[in-house]
Amino acid sequence: MAIDAVEVQSAMPNHRSKTIHVTVNGVPRESHVEARTLLVSYLREHLKLTGTHIGCDTGHCGACTVLVDGTPVKSCMFLAVQSDGSEVRSVEGLETGGKLHPVQEGFHKEHGLQCGYCTPGMMMTSVALLAANPNPTEDEIRRGISGNLCRCTGYVNIVKAIQSAAKEMAAAPKGGP
Amino acid sequence: MATAPLGGIGVSVPRKEDARFIRGKGNYVDDVQLPGMLFLDIVRSPYAYAKILAIHKEKTLAVPGVLAVITGKDLEAAKLSWMPTLMSDTQMVLPTDTVMFQGQEVVGVVATDRYAAADGVAAMEIDYEPMTPVIDPFKALDPGAPVLRTDKPGRKDNHIWHWEVGDKDGTAQALKESDVVIKEKIYIPRIHVSSIETCGCVAQVDSMGKLTVWLTTQAPHAIRTVFALVSGLPENQIRIISPDIGGGFGGKVPVYPGYVIAVVAALTTGHPVKFIEDRTGNLTSDSFARDYHIEAEIGATKDGRLTALRVKTLADHGYTDAAANPSKFPAGMFHVITGSYPFKKAFVEVDAVYTNKPPGGIAYRCSFRVTEAVHAIERLIDILAHQLKMDPAEFRLKNFIPPEAFPFPSVLGWTYDSGNYAGALKKAMEIIDYAGLRKEQVEKRKRGELMGIGISSFTEIVGAGPSKDFDILGIKMFDSAEVRIHPTGKVLARFGTKSQGQGHETTYAQILAEELGIPVEGISVEEGDTDTAPYGLGTYASRSTPTAGAAAVIAARKIREKGAKIAAHLLEVSPDDIEWVDHKFQVKGVPGKSKTMADVAFAAYTNHPQGMEAGLEAVDYYDPPNMTYPFGSYIAVVDIDKETGQIKTRRFVAVDDCGTIINPMIVDGQIHGGLTMGFAPSMLEEIQYDADGNNKATSFLEYLLPTAVETPHWETAKTTTPSPHHPIGAKGVGESATVGAPPAFVNAVVDALEPYGVTNIDIPLSSYKIWQAIHSKDPP
Amino acid sequence: MYPPNFEYYVPSTVEEAVGLLDQHQGDAKILAGGQSLIAMMKLRLAQPAILVDINRIPNLAYVREDDKFLRIGATTRTAELSRSTIVQARYPILSDAGREIADPIVRNRGTVGGNVSHGDPGNDLPACLLAMGAEFEIHGPKGIRTLPARGFYQDTFVTSVATNEMMTEIRVPRPGAGTGSAYSKMERKVGDFATVGVGARVVVDSSGKILNAGIGLTNVGPTAIYATAASDFLAGKTDSDAVLAQAAVLARDASAPSPDNRGPVDFKKDMVRIWTRRTLRKALDRAKGGK
Ligand SMILES: Cc1cc2nc3c(=O)[nH]c(=O)nc-3n(C[C@H](O)[C@H](O)[C@H](O)COP(=O)(O)OP(=O)(O)OC[C@H]3O[C@@H](n4cnc5c(N)ncnc54)[C@H](O)[C@@H]3O)c2cc1C
Ligand code: FES
Ligand code: FES
Repeated sequence: MAIDAVEVQSAMPNHRSKTIHVTVNGVPRESHVEARTLLVSYLREHLKLTGTHIGCDTGHCGACTVLVDGTPVKSCMFLAVQSDGSEVRSVEGLETGGKLHPVQEGFHKEHGLQCGYCTPGMMMTSVALLAANPNPTEDEIRRGISGNLCRCTGYVNIVKAIQSAAKEMAAAPKGGP
Repeated sequence: MATAPLGGIGVSVPRKEDARFIRGKGNYVDDVQLPGMLFLDIVRSPYAYAKILAIHKEKTLAVPGVLAVITGKDLEAAKLSWMPTLMSDTQMVLPTDTVMFQGQEVVGVVATDRYAAADGVAAMEIDYEPMTPVIDPFKALDPGAPVLRTDKPGRKDNHIWHWEVGDKDGTAQALKESDVVIKEKIYIPRIHVSSIETCGCVAQVDSMGKLTVWLTTQAPHAIRTVFALVSGLPENQIRIISPDIGGGFGGKVPVYPGYVIAVVAALTTGHPVKFIEDRTGNLTSDSFARDYHIEAEIGATKDGRLTALRVKTLADHGYTDAAANPSKFPAGMFHVITGSYPFKKAFVEVDAVYTNKPPGGIAYRCSFRVTEAVHAIERLIDILAHQLKMDPAEFRLKNFIPPEAFPFPSVLGWTYDSGNYAGALKKAMEIIDYAGLRKEQVEKRKRGELMGIGISSFTEIVGAGPSKDFDILGIKMFDSAEVRIHPTGKVLARFGTKSQGQGHETTYAQILAEELGIPVEGISVEEGDTDTAPYGLGTYASRSTPTAGAAAVIAARKIREKGAKIAAHLLEVSPDDIEWVDHKFQVKGVPGKSKTMADVAFAAYTNHPQGMEAGLEAVDYYDPPNMTYPFGSYIAVVDIDKETGQIKTRRFVAVDDCGTIINPMIVDGQIHGGLTMGFAPSMLEEIQYDADGNNKATSFLEYLLPTAVETPHWETAKTTTPSPHHPIGAKGVGESATVGAPPAFVNAVVDALEPYGVTNIDIPLSSYKIWQAIHSKDPP
Repeated sequence: MYPPNFEYYVPSTVEEAVGLLDQHQGDAKILAGGQSLIAMMKLRLAQPAILVDINRIPNLAYVREDDKFLRIGATTRTAELSRSTIVQARYPILSDAGREIADPIVRNRGTVGGNVSHGDPGNDLPACLLAMGAEFEIHGPKGIRTLPARGFYQDTFVTSVATNEMMTEIRVPRPGAGTGSAYSKMERKVGDFATVGVGARVVVDSSGKILNAGIGLTNVGPTAIYATAASDFLAGKTDSDAVLAQAAVLARDASAPSPDNRGPVDFKKDMVRIWTRRTLRKALDRAKGGK
């Protein structure tokens, strides 16, 4: 079969790309990216950190949620160039020194995940939620995770997972994760 | 039953697969990155029905990074512009001259990365000549309606098939003789599974010409066979790998055009090609679910005994029949519509039509068309109870098939394996305090407040299916397990199914732990790679536990048979003197003299009896003798804001019976998820088209998946009635709740609106519909 | 779906930002929270050649009160509205809205300036600011101008801000004694734009008489709507259910919704009536010292 094909061109006008310095999960990075590169693409394609997922195009699902300077953002609605100078934390950065984050433990223990696709985003939101409110009520948790869609779990066990993490974090000595 | 360390049947073993998912180390299709990989994006039709006059490729080919453009004409040259559907209809891969629905794939654009591919799509110019589409399925049958499938020689209308079952005349007679007959129209709207991961693939052709496709598929083996048939490639030169799947719910059973285009692109460019749908592509072109226009009549005697059921249904299939049903059943298991009741007469007919909409007819977390059936019967029961001035719970209890009647032959041809319907309903009523709620409702009604209580007592039918009746494209619907025990007593087990979140790596290991006496930790479960896993039909319609789960049991028991001989050899007794007790091979009556499976496994490779083959492994292709019939009773309590029509679900109690429970934690998780996917279309989700065929829900802006805020707090409980024919009595549970929940919501809302004389409201129960129901009637 | 290429600039002052906008008139767009703009670019509904990212301009994100105004810097995140104790205490209409806009993660990024400038009738803040009689500070190449919220919204996605201008501050007049305010949003689910949103402000005297009132409506017309007749009607009336019901009817008549998946026009209009009445009641309760 005949299919029209052309050679790749790669001329890049000025201001269309930029060198950025970002600390991702504690590792300082210097990268050159197109200005239009979404943070989620930067993490997944440039840094091969594929734990952050894409579930929609319109900022509705939250599968792509990461922390930028501690705040959860939807990385599909955020340009990589905007993270210049920031600290980005994704699911791969939750486990420290071989020890799972209490939120990861909670999701495992309480069966807060099924297919696992929404899970990284859901856990990043949970980490920030618990940092701001260490002892949330069920209603606060449900509102807090309402920017993250899960199609599998019906949320009941995600709520329990976050409650379980809250308990564990309250019991842990200060200065923990 | 097993003790906890073994992790056998009945234990809430935490899931093995979690280890990678919670670390962000899952391996989904979009995570596959290969050197030199290109990206495919797709230009879609803005029109529901139009002639393609010209495709101008130039601007797209001029976009930096764009390497190739693939059109229907290109595919036609290779005889690949059409492909067969699972229902033996035909579907376009890419159109050569006519587009049949808005969102249809029209051109493939291959580029170095997805940004460039998106630029290429945006630059594409196509000239269309729009035509008047056929959108209304009833009008599609009008004599003057344009014939859509002009590609099929001799076609004179848009009627696809007629299917019927039951005693037509007998049912008519029985209805005539009934004291009370009610008739109701119920529309089960078109919806979309919308797993959070969309569909996609990576296609690669290696230097030996072997094609490997990483694919979001629930049925890798069946897909391999379809690919072989479509492409003409030898089946041994095709490897389908279904890696981690981000939710399936039936949406990842079919072959979508994008997959085929990606394979063509890989074959023609010589590079690996990745195709990942965006959400709009997913919502506008992937298989839909439901879209059944049901008209039903149900009869009873005046003392409240059910007599007969007659159902006429129009199924809108879009422009081709691409449903995923067993071949013999074009309307799936819709004729389980007699539900939990012993009708003596019933007649069901379904007619399918073509319209200018995307094809489909897949599950949405449901065994083939069972949700439609359960919705209809559980609604009708409520309407009838109301008509007879009987309490809907009392009416159900009076009419249920009694426990002693099982195995029960349903009038439309199924044999229900086991059930205790009254047991489940009574348990739900007790948990929710049904009597108390009814009292409260009386009080509230006096004050003009709207509160409703809704029951659904569903019977599911899952585990397809016995080979005498069930096949897809001729392939019988068995499933398989291959179990190998290594010398050190560790196990590798492979299956023909494919988990998409159901937790097979854990539950299958638990079944094997129970049967082999080897702790779950020592058992690895693999699925999804057609080069290594035994052939199977895949995971959908809650069939994995009933089929592959049973295969695991039988394979393990085959191993035990051989193991007993090895144990006898080790213990120096006759094999007849060995029995399997406490997960060990033991000399009959001598508890001290025994060998574990690990001992036996070691011997199988190091010290097996003379004349016996070495090794310890078995394969089983399990052909289920019957379907399994999970059931349950759900009760919803809703409060309605009279002014705005907003519904608040105050409580929802779900009592499920799925037979033997392998992992209670996972079963509960499945029910929570299933309930939420029952809630979603009941309240929010719908794909509608305007008169021009424009899809009105092309992104999550309008296709409304519930968040944790709207989703009710589910309360679950169980009864256990094992399946008599499944080797461990299990039935399958992934979908019961999705199937059972919607009528509970509608019944509750209609119950709340009783003062307004409402008999039915079609889902989704939007505020607007409730407001309209209230405002179109004078307030009482 | 991925955005097209563009040139990306990160000005560090308002003047620099405005200079860039002026230099590339029509081709340049401000990037604030990006929660509307980036989505539109991914869908290729917007294809600006130049993006002027205002997020790094210092001193543009603040919530503070002086003796005249509550002043909100343009790049203040919408999540701040429900966190600020000043807003909670004296401008509860804004903290109400701050809990209802989009979802919690979008609110972390979306800015007050963006929500106000975007001109989408579904944005929740414009109705609140119309009700409160707010004004906007706009910087342009020729200097600074201040525009009242009322009259600012001309059509869907069309406001009084020119393509070479930037909104820098949102000012809400400091409420006097006896003021209460509230925002209600009817939505199908979290993250949905309003079926109808109503913002209400009332001022009552010690006898319970309504001195003046303001009502703004979300997503029931081509722009956010100030319900003038309803607002004016309330001035001088004594609070009663009947009075609120009459105002609600006037607000309903001021709305001009389009039919969509949320429902047809008559339904939406009735919802304007219901939610106006309810929101006025909530604002009045607050004015009288309730929560
Ligand atoms: C899933 C989802 C749900 C949403 N639901 C809601 C909702 O329910 N209610 C609601 O109100 N919003 C909702 N939004 C929109 C969200 O609140 C946006 O943040 C807001 O509309 C725009 O603010 P922004 O800062 O993100 O602006 P941007 O997206 O950066 O910009 C939007 C527009 O405003 C212009 N602009 C931005 N700042 C300025 C300025 N200072 N001066 C002049 N022009 C400026 C930009 O050039 C652009 O044209 C939703 C968004 C998403 C993704
Ligand atoms: S991918 Fe859905 S919100 Fe980012
Ligand atoms: S676990 Fe599958 S989407 Fe949440």
